[in-house]
Amino acid sequence: MTESIMTRIVESAAQFFLLLALAPLITGAIRTLKARLQTRRGPGIFQPYRDLFKLFRKGMVIPETASWIFAATPWIVFFSTILAGLMIPMVAADAPLGLFGDALAVIYLLGLGRFFLALSGLDTGSSFGGLGSSREMTISALAEPAMMLAIFTVAIGAGSTGLTQIAGAAIGQTWRFLAPAQMFAFAALALVLIAETGRIPVDNPATHLELTMIHEAMILEYSGPYLALVEWAASIKQLVLMTLLINCFWPIGLQPTWFGFGALIGIGWLIAKLLLLSCAIVLLETVNAKMRLFRVPELLAVAFTLGSLALVSTFLF
Amino acid sequence: MISGLFLGGIVIWLAGAIASLALWRKPVAARRVACAAALAGSLLDLSASAFAIFSSSPTLIGLPFGNPIFSWAVRIDPLSAYFNVTLGVLAAAVSLYSFGYLREMEGRRNLGAFGFFFNLLLMSLALVFTASNVFFFLVAWEVMALSAFCLISFEHEKQEARNAGVLFLVMSHAGTGLLLIAFLLLTSASGSLDFSSFHLLASSLSPLQQGAVFLLFLCGFGVKAGLVPFHIWLPEAHPVSPSNVSALMSGIVIKTGIYGMARVFFDFYGTPPIWMGTVVLALGVVSALLGVLYALMEHDLKRLLSWHSIENIGIILMGFGAALMFRALGQPNLAALALIAGLYHTFNHATFKGLLFLGAGSVVHSTHTRNMEKMGGLIRLMPVTAICFLVGAVAISGLPPLNGFVSEWLTYQALLAGFGTTQSLTRLMFPIAGSLLALTAALAAACFVKAFAIPFLALPRSEQAADAKEASPSMLAGMSVLAVGCVALGLGATWLVRVFDPITQWALGVSASSAMVTARGLALSPGTPHGGTVSTVGMAFLFLFAGAAFALPLVIRWRRRSVNGPTWDCGLPGLAADNEYTATAFSKPLRMIFTALYRPRREIQAEYEVSPYYPSAIRFESEIEPTFEKHLYEPMRRRVMAAAERMRAIQAGSINAYLAYIFITLILLLLFGVRG
Repeated sequence: MTESIMTRIVESAAQFFLLLALAPLITGAIRTLKARLQTRRGPGIFQPYRDLFKLFRKGMVIPETASWIFAATPWIVFFSTILAGLMIPMVAADAPLGLFGDALAVIYLLGLGRFFLALSGLDTGSSFGGLGSSREMTISALAEPAMMLAIFTVAIGAGSTGLTQIAGAAIGQTWRFLAPAQMFAFAALALVLIAETGRIPVDNPATHLELTMIHEAMILEYSGPYLALVEWAASIKQLVLMTLLINCFWPIGLQPTWFGFGALIGIGWLIAKLLLLSCAIVLLETVNAKMRLFRVPELLAVAFTLGSLALVSTFLF
Repeated sequence: MISGLFLGGIVIWLAGAIASLALWRKPVAARRVACAAALAGSLLDLSASAFAIFSSSPTLIGLPFGNPIFSWAVRIDPLSAYFNVTLGVLAAAVSLYSFGYLREMEGRRNLGAFGFFFNLLLMSLALVFTASNVFFFLVAWEVMALSAFCLISFEHEKQEARNAGVLFLVMSHAGTGLLLIAFLLLTSASGSLDFSSFHLLASSLSPLQQGAVFLLFLCGFGVKAGLVPFHIWLPEAHPVSPSNVSALMSGIVIKTGIYGMARVFFDFYGTPPIWMGTVVLALGVVSALLGVLYALMEHDLKRLLSWHSIENIGIILMGFGAALMFRALGQPNLAALALIAGLYHTFNHATFKGLLFLGAGSVVHSTHTRNMEKMGGLIRLMPVTAICFLVGAVAISGLPPLNGFVSEWLTYQALLAGFGTTQSLTRLMFPIAGSLLALTAALAAACFVKAFAIPFLALPRSEQAADAKEASPSMLAGMSVLAVGCVALGLGATWLVRVFDPITQWALGVSASSAMVTARGLALSPGTPHGGTVSTVGMAFLFLFAGAAFALPLVIRWRRRSVNGPTWDCGLPGLAADNEYTATAFSKPLRMIFTALYRPRREIQAEYEVSPYYPSAIRFESEIEPTFEKHLYEPMRRRVMAAAERMRAIQAGSINAYLAYIFITLILLLLFGVRG
C-alpha cells in the first residue's frame, strides 16, 4: 500500500513536470507552424518559454477596483488545470491521479478554473472583462452537451468514466478509432476542443481587438507573474484537452508504466501525436476565418449532432 | 428516546408559536422567543432524526385520542428521518440567522405573528415528513401551506406580496385537491387510511388506476415542488417573502413535494411500469433546463435564485426518474445509485440554496433593493457574506470539490450506467438527459458568475450599495453554518453515502455504500466494476497543499513588486460604475441565442437635440415573454372566469334557492348510495 502511494507520488510529480514543460512547447509549435503556413518566419518555437520567464520577473499592476478574487484567480486556475492534467493518461496508460477523478472530474475542474477566470474578468470593473466573461461562459455552456455526449460514447465503450479504464480499453485496438462511433465522437470532441481552447474559428488567440476577443478580454488587466500563471494555465489546458483527445481515441504508444526506459518512448510518442494534432489545428486555423459570435452556436450544434450520431452508432454498428 | 426527542421538538415549536403570539406587543421578546424556540426545536428534531435513520425499525408515535379515520399517527422510517435531518440542519441555520435578520422589523411589523407562523411552519414540515395517516398528512400539509401563505404575504402592504401569496394558495390547493383524489383511490383499494397499508399497494391496481394514481400524485406533489409546468407560483412567491422565509421555502418547503414523490414512487409502488420513470426523467430534464434558462434572464437577485430552485428540483427528479426506470428494468443496484443521487442532491440543494437565499437576504437587507444592477462592490463592505455567497455559488454550479459536484457526478454516473440496461430505444434517453444535465450545469455556472460578480465585485452601482453594511453576527453565523455544510457535504461524500444504506435497503432492498466507497474511504465510485472514481477530499487536499507550498511563498515575494493602478478605461477620465458590464449585458448572448424561447421584447427611446448620435437621454426597456403564464395559465384563467360568470345565474342570493340545492344534492346522493 505505502509502496503504491509512493509510486503514485513519483508518477504525479513526473507528469506534473511534463505538463509544465510541454505546454509552452505545444503553444510555441502551433504558433510557429501557423506562421510558416502563412509564409511568415514566426517567433520561434521556444518563444512562450521566454515570454513566461520574462513575465515572472516583472512587476505587477493590480487594478484598484479589484478584490481578492483577482489575486486568487490565477492560482485557482493554475492549480485546477494542473490537477485535471494529473487525472489523464499522458505517458503511461495509468493516469497518476485517476483515483481522484475521472473524465467528468476533469471537465468540472476545468470548469472551476473558468468560473473564477470569468469572475476576475468582472472584478476589475472594465467592460472588456465583462464582455470576455460573458462570451466565455456562453460558449463553454453551449459546448458542454456535445462534450458530454462524446465522453459518454467513449465511456459506454469502456464501461467506465475513468480515463485509465478508457485508455486501457482502447489499448491493443490500434485501429479502433476508425469505427463510426469513435470517429463521430472524435469529431465532436475536436470541435469542442477548438471552442474550449479559444482557437479560430471560435476565438482568435492572437487578437487584441476589443470586439473580437474572448479569452484575452477576460485577462486584459493581468500583468507580470499573474499574467504568466494565467497564460501558462491556458497552455496547460490546451495540452490537457489535446492529450485527452489523442489518448482516448488513439492510445498508441502509451506505456504500461511511468518507470524505466519506456517512459522516454512514451514521451516521444506523446509529442509526436501532439504535433500531428497541432498540424491539424493549424491547418484548420489557417483556412478558416473567425466566426461571428452568433454563428458559434451553429458550430457547436454541429458538434452536438456529431455526438448524438456517435451515440447512435455505438449500437447500430 | 427518538420519540421523546421528536415530540420535544414538536412541543417546543408549538410553544414557541403560541408564546411569540402572546408576546406580540413586546417585539424584542417576541423575536427572541420565536427564534430561540425555532432553533431549539430544530436541534431536537435534527438529533431525533439522526438517530432514527440508523435505527433498525421505524419509530411509531401515536397519540391516545383519535379514531381510525383520523389518527395522530407518526411513523419515522429512514426516508422520513432523512428529510427531517435536512429540515433540522436548514431550520437551525435559518433560525440562527433570524435573530439578527428580524431585528430590523422590530416595531414596524408584527413579529409575534411572524414567530407564530414561522414556528408553525417548522412544526408542520416535521409532521408532513412523518405523518402516516392520510388525513393527518393532509392536515399537516394544509397547516404548512397556510403558514407559508401567511409568511409569503407577510409584507402585505405590497401588492406583489399579496398577489404572490394568493397565487401560491390557489396553486397549492389545486395540488392538494389532486392529492386528495389520489389518496382516496388508494384508500378505497386498501380499506385503510394508514400509509403502511399502501406499501406496494399501487402496483396491484389495474394498469389504468395505477397510471391515474401516479399522475395525480406527480402533479399534486409537482405543484409544491415547483416542477415545470406547475412552477409559476415559485418565482413570484420566493422573492417577495422575507429572506429567511425564502430560504426555508426554497430549501425545504418545496422538498415536501420531493418527499411525497419519494414516498409514492418507492413505498407505494413496487415495480412501476417503465413509462413512469421515463415521464419523471423527462420532466426533470425540462424543469432543470427551463429553470436555469429563465434564471439567466433575471436581474432580481431573489427571483434568480428561485428559478434555480426549479432547476435543482429538475436535477433531483432526474435521479428519481432514473431510479424508477432501473427498478422497472430489474436493476436494484443502479436504482439505488440513482436514488442516492437524487436524495443527496435534495440535501445539497437545501444547504446551498438556503445559504444563497440567506446571503441574498443580507444583501437586500443592507442595500434595500433586489435589483442586481443597483449593487456592486459589496465584497469590500460585506466580506463574510461575500465568501459565504461565493461558497454557495460554487456549490450550486456543481464545481468540485463542493457538494453540488458530488450529487451531479452521481447523477451522471447513474444516467451513464442506464445505457447498458436495456436494448430498446428508451436507452437513448439516458445519455441525452446526461448531456442536457451538462448544459444545465454549465448554464448554472454562467448564471452564478453573474449572480456573484454583479452584486459583489467591481464598483458600487448605486449609493445604497456604496453605503452597505456587513450583516449582524447572528446572520453571519447562520450563513456560516450552511457554508460549512456545503463544504462538509462535498468533502465528506464517502462517509455520507453510508447514510443512504437504510433508505435504499428499505426502498429497494439493497445497500450500495460498500460498493461505492473505494480506496479506504478516499474515493467515491458508482459501485459498478471498473467504474470511474472521484475523490473530493483528495482534490481539496491537493489544492490546500499546492496553495501552502507554492502560492503562499510566491505571493509574499511578488507582493513587493506589485503596485496598484487604475483599470484601463480607454482613456476616459476615470472608470465609473457606468462603464461596468451589467447583468443584462452579461446574459445578452444567451438571450440572443435562445430567442425562440424567450421571445424578448425591447424598447429604446432616445431623446436628442442635434443628431441621433448624441442622445441627451435614453430609456431602455427589455423583457422576455412569460411563456407558461401567457399560453397555459392565462387561457385557463379566462375559462375559469367565464365558467364562474355563467355559474352566477344559480347564485341568486336567495336562501330558498340554496336550500333547494342542498335538498336536491341530498336526494341525489341518497339515490346514489342506495344504488351502490
